[in-house]
Amino acid sequence: MKELQETHFYLNYCRKITGIKLGGVEIMLYWNKDMECMPREQLQELQLRRLKETVYRVYSFVPAYKAKMDEAGVKPQDINSLADLKYLPFLTKKDFRDNYPFGLLAAPMSDVVRIQSSSGTTGKPTVACYTKNDINNWAEMMARGLTNAGATRESVIQITWGYGLFTGGLGGHYGAEKIGAAVLPASGGNTKRQVTLMHDYGVTMLGCTPSYALVMYEEFLQSGLKRSEFKFKSGLFGAEPWSENMRKEIENKWEIDAYDVYGMTELVGPGVAIDCAYKKGLHMAEDHFIAEIINPDTGEVLPEGSHGELVITSLTKEAFPVIRYRTRDLTSMNYEKCDCGRTHARIKKILGRSDDMLIIRGVNVFPSMVESILLQIPGIEPQYQLIVDRVNNMDRLEVQVEVSENVFSDEVRKMEELEASISRELNSGLGIAVKVRLVEPKSIERSEGKAKRIIDNRNI
Amino acid sequence: MAKQISVFLENKSGRLAHVTKVLGDAGINIRALSIADTSDFGILRLIVNDPINAYKILKEAGFTVSETEVIAVRMPDSPGGLASVLDQMSEENLNIEYLYAFLGMSGNEALVVFKVEDIKKAKISFDSKGIKFMEEQELYQL
Repeated sequence: MKELQETHFYLNYCRKITGIKLGGVEIMLYWNKDMECMPREQLQELQLRRLKETVYRVYSFVPAYKAKMDEAGVKPQDINSLADLKYLPFLTKKDFRDNYPFGLLAAPMSDVVRIQSSSGTTGKPTVACYTKNDINNWAEMMARGLTNAGATRESVIQITWGYGLFTGGLGGHYGAEKIGAAVLPASGGNTKRQVTLMHDYGVTMLGCTPSYALVMYEEFLQSGLKRSEFKFKSGLFGAEPWSENMRKEIENKWEIDAYDVYGMTELVGPGVAIDCAYKKGLHMAEDHFIAEIINPDTGEVLPEGSHGELVITSLTKEAFPVIRYRTRDLTSMNYEKCDCGRTHARIKKILGRSDDMLIIRGVNVFPSMVESILLQIPGIEPQYQLIVDRVNNMDRLEVQVEVSENVFSDEVRKMEELEASISRELNSGLGIAVKVRLVEPKSIERSEGKAKRIIDNRNI
Repeated sequence: MAKQISVFLENKSGRLAHVTKVLGDAGINIRALSIADTSDFGILRLIVNDPINAYKILKEAGFTVSETEVIAVRMPDSPGGLASVLDQMSEENLNIEYLYAFLGMSGNEALVVFKVEDIKKAKISFDSKGIKFMEEQELYQL
């Protein structure tokens, strides 16, 4: 009995420090207060210890890392402070490609329990391997983010990010399960059914792309169901760029709180950085990652608060550690303590990219991928342009292809077949639906002889 | 037998005007035309008095152009004229890709341009059925 009382006291004590009650509903403030609110000095000690371990790990187990470090003249023992990080060479998407599929693996394959892969790229997709610890850490990061977004054991969380090779679905799923919430692994597609599930199963929270939240709203309006019959309160949205205006739109229409999440396959998946209740930048899980901001042209590390390219080093990853990975995302970091109490630095909303990658419905699209697909179609010349629009809240990619004499026919049927076959190749190569439009030669805008490849009308 | 000039056009205002102006400036006369279109693009088909030059000029003007062999079939300009030709073609199992009528008249005759699947087979069938078609040079001089 005494033991029970003590347990009860302990539970209440935990709630006092990690949760508050609002209108009888408990809201947890933190998933892991010790880590999330750790004083920065202590956090930096932890980071340095983990950084050294990671550097030793890759130098010892990954020939590609060893070669890069030897070339740069850096040895693991040269890393004695966080400031020494800048001596380590960068890792780029090309390194992932060059070492495809398992060249960057820093753990024995027998320790790997999961392989994920970036969706929809041609040639060589980006691979990510996870050990048991990697999966646990990833779930921990997502659990923090979901908690920030209002999830508790009582929550019913519908995950409509795709399940499978894409990191969204399983990333959200493991995080939600770790919290002890009820997970509805709906995966993507069939919006009508999604809304029905949400209504019938009393879903309190949604994990999906922001644009899909709006598509679901349109479907909800069509359904004739009453908003008061839903228990939907908040959502964690990510896997594509979105604006503050879009956040407001989702919040106003659905009458929920909308939270942002950042991540990418190369790093772990979603969960690298997540909004708190104050929504003033995404807290990076700094016990698992270190952020730097560099000048994308020179590679020089920029002082705190500067705007530049985000470079991330992993601290706890075992299977696929990343040292100074160039994300190509342009942003800045804020190291001030947040009003929420967290000490972890915040990434400002991503403002753009230092390369020409487009993110369309969660899928990474490079113009060069479109080009290589087109070149595989006989007779098609690589004169093309990508036009991205957001129609009814969904991203739409149109690829305009110039018609050369090699493929031109005086019969409409043949031209339509051509259009359909290009469309098919692009769909399967990129992993997203593409609308192909045939255009006249030289009609694609050329500036200084170089064709303008992307027109993004989304106003993100 | 005749050479048809086909031009790829985007569905944008002013494109047809541009083609016809380029031809007009070069002194080329359009004898027959048709446009087949989808929501995105159109294919302009032309019979002109000087197909070799027309092809060259349009190509130089940056258009995607091709030459296609077609047959200009003569038929009585009276009710049932086309029907009887089509009937006989069907009997011969000739597949028609498309057809369009000629602008100018030639006496009591009407002229219809046919694109068929197999032009050699069509010519043999026309000869055996007594369907008249116009020779290339005669057509351009109309």
